[in-house]
Amino acid sequence: MMALLVAPVLVPLLTLVLCILLRGAPLRLLQAVSLSGALALLAVGGYLVWLAAGGTILSGQMGNWQAPFGISLVIDRLSAAMIAISALTGLATLVYGISRDEDAPLTGDFHLFVHGLLAGIGGAFITADIFNLYVWFEVLLIASFALMALGGGKRRLSGTITYVVLNLFATLLFLLAAGLIYGSSGTLNMGELAVLVRAGEAPPGTTPALLLMLLSFSIKAALFPVFGWLPATYHVAYTAVSAMFAGLLTKVGVYALIRLVTLLWPEYGLIHEGLLWIACATMLVGVLGAAAQTEVRRILSFHIVSQVGYMILGLALSTPLALTGAVFYLIHHIVVKANLFFIGGLAARLCGSERLAAMGGLYARWPMLALLFAIPALSLAGIPPLSGFWAKFLLVKASLDSAAWIATAIALITGVFTLLSMNKIWNEAFLKPHPQGDEQLPQRLGLRSAWFSVAGLALLTVVIGLAAGPVIDYAAAAAAQLGDPQVYIQGFLPQEGD
Amino acid sequence: MEWIAAITTGGMAGFGLWMLLDRNLKRVVLGVAVLGNAINLGVLTAGRFGAQQAAFVSAGSGADDLANPLPQALVLTAIVIGFSLFIFALALLKRTRELHGDHSTDLISSMTEQPAPDWHAGEHGAAPEREHKETRP
Repeated sequence: MMALLVAPVLVPLLTLVLCILLRGAPLRLLQAVSLSGALALLAVGGYLVWLAAGGTILSGQMGNWQAPFGISLVIDRLSAAMIAISALTGLATLVYGISRDEDAPLTGDFHLFVHGLLAGIGGAFITADIFNLYVWFEVLLIASFALMALGGGKRRLSGTITYVVLNLFATLLFLLAAGLIYGSSGTLNMGELAVLVRAGEAPPGTTPALLLMLLSFSIKAALFPVFGWLPATYHVAYTAVSAMFAGLLTKVGVYALIRLVTLLWPEYGLIHEGLLWIACATMLVGVLGAAAQTEVRRILSFHIVSQVGYMILGLALSTPLALTGAVFYLIHHIVVKANLFFIGGLAARLCGSERLAAMGGLYARWPMLALLFAIPALSLAGIPPLSGFWAKFLLVKASLDSAAWIATAIALITGVFTLLSMNKIWNEAFLKPHPQGDEQLPQRLGLRSAWFSVAGLALLTVVIGLAAGPVIDYAAAAAAQLGDPQVYIQGFLPQEGD
Repeated sequence: MEWIAAITTGGMAGFGLWMLLDRNLKRVVLGVAVLGNAINLGVLTAGRFGAQQAAFVSAGSGADDLANPLPQALVLTAIVIGFSLFIFALALLKRTRELHGDHSTDLISSMTEQPAPDWHAGEHGAAPEREHKETRP
């Protein structure tokens, strides 16, 4: 039980250690070990989802220190789904990274840090302790710093500095918030904190500290108006790295927001009202920012921001249907977004540039890539029957049900603008002839594993779209757990009075 | 005791923020360290001072006037993590200086905002200096 509970952290950590030991060994061996580690994590994630789907909530206390004094670890449906989907994204990233990225094959360090990042992400998904969450944030942060700086060069290191300073600032805010929450409420256990806050027994100093924590998560999740760090830095890293960041990093912030807000404030209130407006602004600003960009990854980076707005919209409305939509959106978005970055990298590799002006001719030479791009791109915009349609459908229906007309309108408008952006990439990179002539495009490149990774994720998008029923059912069940925090809490917190 | 710590925290946090806004990257990175230490002190202070005894209960002694060990544990963790991140930032700073010979934040932003570098379509071999077309001689 305990072993299974900590497996989402232990498996990547163990693989990380093996990767360090194998640094001198042939790269093939290291890659094999690293991929096996990622597969093992995926298996763990799959098993956890299977358990969680049956209604099991795994929980345990580190070192047998009873809650609320010890650190509680809990895996409910949302955590299990997030673990599985991050394992999948990690695996796709590692597979993509086997083929050469830009000009050189990625070294063993890449594999090592990806597993470090997965360990941090896994830890953030299983913990029910605020300070522990801070520690996992730092683990994933240091791994992401190293990943972003990988390869070096002026442009990349400059981007890394911006990324490091702004993320450290956000994490420091979180640390301060954790300290203040402990100082005022006397607990760091999310369960006990939730009980205190919902009973209205938390001392007055707790609320500002909690708001400070929400601000820090909002920076991590790249919400309006604190999203600036994301589009300013994501385009400088290796494609594999920025794809993994695009898929997973902001989503850890979104997860933390969903977890905290549903636990602490189950009733619709001022916080939700605020989040609703922030969500609307995030959707709109992100998608308009994308319209001004002329490079593939910069366009996609702004779309991360706008898509995060949708998930927060679901959280803000906080009806069961809206939460279902938010969870479904999370799952769908991670797959689609990582895949778009992968395809963008592949297209850039084939065209010799990721500036749209210098790209072209891909449809004529690589029709298969055009198809693979069309699937996640249309899914992102919300065209049926792909996964994005169901995600947007759930959220739009939820906001109509809640009579949030402005939010509905903005969600739909954002969808149209997303389609326009995708259309821009399609016209420039795929339809238009290559500016230097189509014969400039290579016949073949050693990119087999990158193709494999892209095709796998595209297939998954189609499957989620066509067989949306089970996924929506799972998301609805996860949302039901989120809507009833008592279920989450009673797994690890001794109940008083019964 | 607490008000001294609170004023120190506030002062250091303000100073750290001021340094974060500086044009010079060295000061920005040092500012993160100063702000981090201010927040560490803040976390420790939020956990209350007062009790003087170390939190060890031995057979003969009573369990009164023991200092709360949890904030100390939190801060110790935060110090260790903060230090390692600071070292990483310093390493980054050193490498940037080697590459640019300059430490200004404007330079950093303008470098990041440069258009993506091109390389010859389908080029396979290593091309260490891939620069944007227009800047190529």
